[in-house]
Amino acid sequence: MSSERERREILIATIADLLDGIRHVAVGASSPIPAAGAMLLRARNELCGKPPVRISILGSQAHNFFTNGGIELFDCAAQGRVDAFFLGGGQIDGAGNINLVGTGDYPTNSVRWPGSFGSAYLYHLIPRVILFREEHTPRVFVPKVDFVSARAITPGVARRGGPYALLTNMALFDFDREAGGFALRSVHPPFTPADIRENTGFTYEEPEVVRETARPDTATLALLRGRIFDELAETYPAFARTMKQAA
Amino acid sequence: MTEIVALEALVARVTSGQSLAIPVDGAGVAMAATAALLESGIRDLKLICVPISGLQADLLIGAGAVASLETSAVSLGEAGAAPRFTAGVKSGAFALRDSTCPAIYAGLLAAQKGVPFMPIAGIIGSDLLEVRPDWQVIDSPVGEARKVVVVPAISPDVALFHAPEADRAGNVRIGRHRELAGLAYAAKRTLVTVERIVDRNLLETEDSAAGVLPSLYVDTIAVAARGAWPLALWDEYPADEAEIARYAAMARSEDGFRAYLSGFLTHRKQVA
Repeated sequence: MSSERERREILIATIADLLDGIRHVAVGASSPIPAAGAMLLRARNELCGKPPVRISILGSQAHNFFTNGGIELFDCAAQGRVDAFFLGGGQIDGAGNINLVGTGDYPTNSVRWPGSFGSAYLYHLIPRVILFREEHTPRVFVPKVDFVSARAITPGVARRGGPYALLTNMALFDFDREAGGFALRSVHPPFTPADIRENTGFTYEEPEVVRETARPDTATLALLRGRIFDELAETYPAFARTMKQAA
Repeated sequence: MTEIVALEALVARVTSGQSLAIPVDGAGVAMAATAALLESGIRDLKLICVPISGLQADLLIGAGAVASLETSAVSLGEAGAAPRFTAGVKSGAFALRDSTCPAIYAGLLAAQKGVPFMPIAGIIGSDLLEVRPDWQVIDSPVGEARKVVVVPAISPDVALFHAPEADRAGNVRIGRHRELAGLAYAAKRTLVTVERIVDRNLLETEDSAAGVLPSLYVDTIAVAARGAWPLALWDEYPADEAEIARYAAMARSEDGFRAYLSGFLTHRKQVA
């Protein structure tokens, strides 16, 4: 149980680091770990006097300042007022394309997922899209997705948005928009670069020396296990409870 | 003028074969009206989820009431996948029009403004453009030279949602859920269930009027106490997570779904 908690704490702290420097981050529904990462960044900036961070958590009343209905997030992104967002995918390929629709032939897919949500639009418009998918297996990280819900790069069509990084249970990758692919940045303990190679179905750049993903320091852990999980409980009560009980 | 009627009379305004627009789970979903609608034997609905749905769409699909489905996603959220949607897609039980959230809002906005289409940012490169031949990529006719996606207007025959309260004139309090106003502007007819009818005039002060959909856009209202259950209604009650989880488990099989549906319809009659 406590190793499960540590795994999640590394992900949350890594997300806060990936968000460093942003002014406004939006978090979609059913995303407790990204929401906690955004809250950690907000609290940390506040404590060390850095510029304040706005957070919009869909489905929350306390952490959502929108007043113009469901369209406001999308309008806000089009105006360049959302700096970061999170997307996942039933499949994610080596070119950064994501599939939220299903596998096999459309429309009667052999496996069907909920659907594309706002991905086809937001991927174009939000500069720092963090791909977050906990399951790190070859069935998720494929050479080519069966359906492109949202495409990472569109030569010939100017855009400010796209993938920035890919975070999984095992590793953190950077996305290179020029090269159109991922590069391994760090591996979470206890995994090794060989584990990553074995469980990733697409090719990616690997540096000669691969760093270990930093574990959160004592101050970060104290903040997480106190204020952050309290804040998170409004939107994600079950998740916050589990994390606090383990702590 | 807005009529205030019984729930059965409200759902009788929806006829088989019509397009029906519904909001996202937790944002004013008319679940009691959905039960009454299913009880009435509705068929062949062209369901439009604004911009996604969950329990409501899954119930309508499982009951065989849906001929076509336009949505950006169907999911039960924390409770997992929507089982009847998933099974229906695989068996081709309905025509599927996969979308993306802002494209549905853009289509409604076109109808709101009385124009045939609306340009929208992004989307280019997505396979949605392959499966939605009614969407097009054009060269922008004005301004800087760039490609832009256009989507056709969405003008639902009927919009159906649930809100906390209406006044006797038919003004409906929607709070900051402005997407419900967008639904009503675009729809040919708007049906609303409410927790209660209040005697005061909701348009009386600037503060109260700001969160109100005027009766001009509202055709019919019916009272349905706890009318969004088991989904949440803002400032009124949270979602009944246990009930939604029970649905998610039962609806995995066709038989389980039938059993749930039967109980759901009975429950409505008991509270009515």
